[in-house]
This record gives sequence, C-alpha cells and structure tokens, in this order.
Amino acid sequence: MSAQTKGAAIRMVHDADAPHDFTAENVLHGLPERSRGPVVLEVKNITLRFGGVVAIKDISFDIRKGEIRAIIGPNGAGKSSMLNVINGFYHPQEGEIWFNGARRKPMKPYEIAKQGIARTFQNIALFKGMSTLDNIMTGRLTKMHTNIFMQALWAGPAQAEEIEHREKVEKIIDFLEIQHIRKTPVGRLPYGLQKRVELGRALAAEPDLLLLDEPMAGMNVEEKEDMCRFILDVNEEFGTTIALIEHDMGVVMDISDRVVVLDYGRKIGDGTPDEVRSNKDVIDAYLGVSHD
Amino acid sequence: MTGHPASSAADTFPKLLERNAGQFSERVASREKEFGIWQSWTWAQVHAEVKSIAAGLKQLGLKPEDRVAIVGANRPHFYWSIISIQMCGAVPVPIYADSAAEEMSFVFDHCGARFAIVEDQEQVDKLLQVASEIPALEHIIYLDPRGLRNYDHTAMHDLADVQELGRKHWSDVEGEIARTIAAQKGSDTCVMLYTSGTTGRPKGVVLSNDNILVTARSASEFEKLTEREETLAYLPLAWVGDFIFSMGQAYTCGFCVSCPESTDTVLEDLREIGPTYYFAPPRVFENLLTTVTIRMEDAGPTKRWLFRTFIDHAKRVGEDILDGRSVGFLDRIKYSLGEMFIYGPLKNVLGLSRVRVAYTAGEAIGPELFRFYRSIGLNLKQLYGQTEASVFITIQPDGEVYADTVGVPSPGVELRIAENGEVLYRSPGVFQEYYKNTDSTADTKTPEGWVHTGDAGFIDPKTGHLRIIDRAKDVGKLADGSMFAPKYVENKLKFFANIKEAVVFGEGRDFATAFINIDLNAVGNWAERNNIAYTSYQELAGHPQVYAQILSHVNEVNRSVAQDPMLSGCQIKRFLVLHKELDADDGELTRTMKVRRRIVDEKYADLIAALFEGKSEIYTETEVTYEDGRKGKIKANLQIADAQTFPRAQASDQQAA
Repeated sequence: MSAQTKGAAIRMVHDADAPHDFTAENVLHGLPERSRGPVVLEVKNITLRFGGVVAIKDISFDIRKGEIRAIIGPNGAGKSSMLNVINGFYHPQEGEIWFNGARRKPMKPYEIAKQGIARTFQNIALFKGMSTLDNIMTGRLTKMHTNIFMQALWAGPAQAEEIEHREKVEKIIDFLEIQHIRKTPVGRLPYGLQKRVELGRALAAEPDLLLLDEPMAGMNVEEKEDMCRFILDVNEEFGTTIALIEHDMGVVMDISDRVVVLDYGRKIGDGTPDEVRSNKDVIDAYLGVSHD
Repeated sequence: MTGHPASSAADTFPKLLERNAGQFSERVASREKEFGIWQSWTWAQVHAEVKSIAAGLKQLGLKPEDRVAIVGANRPHFYWSIISIQMCGAVPVPIYADSAAEEMSFVFDHCGARFAIVEDQEQVDKLLQVASEIPALEHIIYLDPRGLRNYDHTAMHDLADVQELGRKHWSDVEGEIARTIAAQKGSDTCVMLYTSGTTGRPKGVVLSNDNILVTARSASEFEKLTEREETLAYLPLAWVGDFIFSMGQAYTCGFCVSCPESTDTVLEDLREIGPTYYFAPPRVFENLLTTVTIRMEDAGPTKRWLFRTFIDHAKRVGEDILDGRSVGFLDRIKYSLGEMFIYGPLKNVLGLSRVRVAYTAGEAIGPELFRFYRSIGLNLKQLYGQTEASVFITIQPDGEVYADTVGVPSPGVELRIAENGEVLYRSPGVFQEYYKNTDSTADTKTPEGWVHTGDAGFIDPKTGHLRIIDRAKDVGKLADGSMFAPKYVENKLKFFANIKEAVVFGEGRDFATAFINIDLNAVGNWAERNNIAYTSYQELAGHPQVYAQILSHVNEVNRSVAQDPMLSGCQIKRFLVLHKELDADDGELTRTMKVRRRIVDEKYADLIAALFEGKSEIYTETEVTYEDGRKGKIKANLQIADAQTFPRAQASDQQAA
C-alpha cells in the first residue's frame, strides 16, 4: 500500500544547517500521495535535556493530515520522549512546536488534549477497577460541559449530555469489537484487549491527532493483525491522523505512510518505508551492523 | 392461529410475511442488540424493510431462478434478505460464514450465485480472493461498510444503499413483485442449504416451501408454540435448524427472533432475552455446566454445601417432578426450597428461566449432563433430524424423555428400519433433490420417498423410542466378526468433561483403539488447581498425570461397553492422547464439529499403525493450518497407553472355547 515515490532523498539531519522550508512547493514534490495534506503538527529543532543528558537533539519533522506517521528507533533513541513532547508532558528546552498552523505555547497535557491530541501509553494506563465502558467514557471528559453537581444529581442538561456521550462511546465499542467486555473491569482483561480499550479511550476524545506508543508491544501475531486493522480502519473511517511508535518493523513498514528514524536522540532518516529501508544509516543503527 | 383463513393460503414466506404484517403488525418480529441497546422491528416494519431490499435487488438486476448466496452471522438483515430474494423469485443459499475461501469458492461455483449478500470486509476479501474461480458472481452486497471505503465499488454495494435504491423505485417494481409472490406455490424451491458432509464435497439440499412450512407448522403444534415465544438466533444461518426455528417456525407462529450483539456476547444476550424456546447442541450445554462447576469450585464452603445438597436432591426427584410423576410431600418441599435458592437463580444466570421447550441434537448428549439440566427443571428434550428431513425426524414427547433414545417419530413422519439396521424415514419435510447431483439424490432417496439417514439404529422394545447407534457406514466388524460401532464408544468417552473428542478404530482388526483429544478448558483448569505447569496444549496433553486420568476414563468406558452383549468387542485396548486438537481448519472436523474419519485415517496413518503394532511410543510430525491460512508443522513424541478390558457379557463363553 505504500506508494512508491521517485527521487525523494531522505533528508538527513547530520547537516543540521539545511533549511526546513516545509511550506514550499518543492517539499510536496516527492511525498507519497497520502502525505500531501496540510501539515497538522510540525516540530522544529526540538532539543530536550534531562540535566546533562540530551534525550532529543535538534529534531525536526512534520505530520500531515490523514497520514500514518511512524517514529522508530532502537531502545533509548528518544521515541517516547518525542511523543511526550508532542503531548505536552515534557517541555523541550529548545525548538518550536506548531499545531494546526499556530505556534504552541507551553501547555499542560490536558490543555493539549483539549486541542485535539489524544494518546495511548506504552505501559497501559487504564483505570483497572473500572469497566471498559467507564474507561472509554473518561475519554469523553474533555468534551463534557456540565459541572460535577449537575452530573451527580443527574439533573438538567447533564442527563442529555451523558446520553449523547454514551452513544459516541457505544459506537467506539462497536467499532473496536469489544461489546463482550463492555461491563468487565479492565484489570481482568488480557493484555491485548486492554490495549484495545486504551485505543478506545483515546478515540473517545475524537482527536485530530492520535499518538500511539507501541500499540503492538507484547502482542501475539493474531492480536497484532487485529490491532493493525483497527489502526488502518481508524485512519480510514474517522480520517484521524496517527503518529505511532513501534518496534515491530514488519508492522511499521506495512501500515505507515512515512517513517522518522531516531538514534541516540538524533534524527537519522525520514521518508517512505521503502526509502527508510534502503537508507544505510538506518540499517546500521536500527537493524544492527557489525563494526569491523 | 391455525384456524385463520389466511394461513391456509400462506404457503410461502413472502405470503406469510404479508399475513403477519397484517395480523401481528405491531408485535415485535426482529430484535438485534446494537450499540448496547436492543433495537426492535415490528412485523409491519420488517415488511417494509424486506420490500425495500427486494426492490433494490431487482434494480441491480436480480432475476427469477437466480441463486443468491448469504454469508454472515445471525443478523436480522440476513433473515429479511432471504424473503426479499424469494419475493424476486430467486433462491437464497445461506453459506457457513467461517468457511475458508476454497470451500466458499466450491459452493459459489456449484450453486452459480450471481449475487452475494455478505456481512463485512472479511467475507468480501474471501470472495475477492477466489473471484477468478467464480465468474458467475456479479454483485457483492455488504452490511458493514467498515474498511471497504477504498474498494472498487463497480460491483459492490452497501446494503443500505441497495435499500435506498429499492425505496426510490418501489413503485416501478411493485406490480411485478406482487405477481411473482401470487404465482409462487408450496412446491417451489424455498431455500438451498449445503450440508457440511462428513465425507466428500458439500451437497446442496433443495427444500421446497412445503417442506419447510409444513414441517415447521406441525412441530410447532406438537410443542404448542404461539406468537408469544421468544428465541435467540445464534446458531449458523446456513444450518437447517436455524432456518426452521428462526424462519419457518417464527414466520408460521409469528414470534420474535432476537439476534445477539456479537458471537462473543451470546451468553449475556441470552440472559437479557430470556428465551422461551431454545435450541443448543450438547457442546453448549456442556460448556455452560463446566462454567458453573468451575465457579462453584471457587465459591465458599457454605455455598458449595448448599449447591451440592440441593443438586443431589434434584438428581433424585427433579426429573420425576418435571415429568409429573408422584413424589413425596417432603421431597417436594425440599425441591421448592431448592428452586428458590439454587435452581431458580442458576437458571436465571444461564438465561434459561423462561424456557418452556429446549432441544438438543446434532450429537449424543451425555446422560449425566442431560439429567442435570432436566433435574433443575429445564424441559430439555432430544431431537433427531437432518437437513434432508427439514430437521424433524423424531422428538421426545413431554413426559417420555430418556437419555439414551431420541424419541418417537415427529408428526407426519414414517419410520422404518432397514435389514442392515439403517434408519429410513418418509415425511412431508423430505427434500426435493441434491442440487446438480442426481446420483446422490438417487442413492439417498428411494422412488417411494423413503430417505436413507445413513444412521444405524433400532426401536427400543421397552419404550418404543428410536435409538441411534452410529453412522451406518461406520458400523463394521472386528476381525472376530463381532459388531464394531465406533461412535457408540466415542460418545461414551466424550461424556467425560476432560475428553473433548475421541476417534475409535477397529474395523477389521483384532481389537479397538482410540485417539483422545483432551478438553483444554477442563484439563487446564484442573492443572491450575493442582499446580501443574504446562506451556502448551501439546505438553499438557502428554502429561503423565493427564494420561493417568484419561486411562481411568477409558477403563470406565470399557466396563460399561462390556455390559452390552452386542458391542462388548468394542472395548478400547490401547489409546493415545493426540498432541493437537482436531480442527475444522485442518479438514479433520466438519464445520459442525463432526469428525471426518477418512481424513483422520489418512493423516494419522502412522499413529494408527503404532496403536495396533504394540509400540509404546511414537514420533510424529503433523501439518497444521493457522487461522490465516498459513501452514506449519507440529512435532511430537506420543505415548501409547494400554487400557484394562473386561470380559464380554455373553459372547465370552464362545470366545474362551
């Protein structure tokens, strides 16, 4: 499904001075067809330090509307940090983030969630004691307008609002085929299903941009195939732009439109799966090479 | 209901629908759970939906006599489509949704379907995969558009769009459809159902309107079903039983059929619907009981004691109370206490509180299992039937229910036992023919209308009920000439919760041997309880303690087989526990989970040889097919165990001499 593109060189960040003129016509030329929408999110020259440790160094890339964008790299490459920067959990010391055409001020994660960025976590972060339904319902939180008192009393507009939200949530449950665990506490569910519930909660926020942190980690082949189909279906049915981190190269190459490759906090490759696959630096860094 | 003037004229489904839309217009006819809520359609609404589908199909070019394949789970739209297809004079052909692409290609090619109405992307993909082999197929109509947006839509349509098209053009085709419906007769083809077939290719059984409707009517009268019944349609659409229960009887009686939310929610949906009329194969009853047993083992001592006490009491008097025989006053009081504290709540949890009539069929049911459900007050009865008979051959009448028989001929059925022991029947439900297969038709159906069931059986002299021993062609002889009925022994083995499947060999041999499949649920749970670690099915199956358990079961079966003078030669002398589950994907079982003996014989020839040769261990490699169609190999070293055999009941003297 990945559209073959001609002559698009992978932009290397090693020559850090190269201009990043993303708006120019010449950048669109050479992008795969599905990645020619307007830029949804752009990170420019991001550097993130924890004390003396540089987690991310001068990284720039963009995510375009409607595409599936993968971020890959070996352990410790800075992938999750990158997601946490986008999601507002970490604040980079240097660089800019542009979201929907405006430069983003430092924000709290919940403010960013309200803006339309939802995510899932590498280590599942669900409310274990709550049912699938209630967990997904929490994803609607940013869309709730009535206050806690009205909700507690089930009064006035609260009732109508809850019904409206429940309907949205039921559609997600139907979409993810988890009707049979609707009332089951998520702590009792197998891992693969918990991952699906987490995806459901992220979808409940009706995000413009969905961040998935290793959605397929720890799954067996069948669960991976299911998850791939759900990701593709979310992208197709809801038109949601997706950025995902994934270790399984087969999955990444199959479902993503463009791939960013990180290594030791630097960007070493960016392009279509085919381009990335044939990039020497990427092969060396990610797939391993003997240094002799 | 039967006295209604319209009912005599209603000899087809479209006519019945018209009658019901008038007579029961505001009663609920179909129900489906979607988005967590039960959505309902009244008979009048169903009528409108069916008409729109019919008109849409006509607009797409559906012609009389065309075949339309239907592939999917139990959804109201599929049931409606069946009637829409009939309204156009075409023939519906429901197909098992879990068929692999090749199986599907065979059936599509054989019936020559021009249209297919399918559920979702999965089914569409399967059809596209074999599209080149089924050139007759012109249009695919799907219910669930998900994932199909970017497919080529020149020959593919969303059912909702088809219905929209139909509504727009209803007036153009109204007259034609009305004429078609009026011209249809009871003797016209109603439906074509492919039998799963334990041997060879599936055969297309052609059933007429009379076959289905006459049978459905008389069976409903036998059980006094009315328009107030509630049922849940959860068994495959392509299975004749579902066609009779969810279409034939639902339309003739006018009761409501509910469809589950998904295949995984059936138990929950069952509890919410509370059916009054229920069918389940023995497998389902067994799973239910296993779940209950496992949960009870986890319960506190008081609850366990209560459960034990009252279940034991029910075993003693429950069946007598159900059948209306005399039971002592104190026992009755104790039983009603049990009903209040144990049986009632238990039935409620299982969704069986309101069941008036429950059937089980398809396989023999374990006497223990059967009696358990009956003793807690569930009117569970056995049924013997076939696709070729429009289901009903025999039913157990209320009050005359025995675990080892299948009952008396159902209304309108004549029964005969051939000289070789095969059961033959003749009834209004007898099928027209096997589609495009005159040879098989002639083999199965005599010119006088008698149908060979292929089952060997006899009329039990004590009760006058039919008893089935085995498939007639499987009944053979051991080397010493004594009767060999593998199924008879297999069923006895399978009644143990630990044994999921068994295959017995012995035709023309000196003694009988068996393959055993363990039940992963039951054995796995036992292993967990006893801290026995295992990493795979294979390892668990080969565990010495599992072997010891299975051995004790086999010995017990041998003891009981030895008591039957006719079949005592069938005692299992040697057996092994298979390293993999027999699977329909590997062709070892049919889609309805029956063993295909010939395939098993070929595939495991090395193991069978080892059983008879007297080896104590054998190395084997087996090819397996994964759900996505890829193939792999399993290697294993299998132990062969010797079981204890018991002296024959009668023929033993002769043997000793």
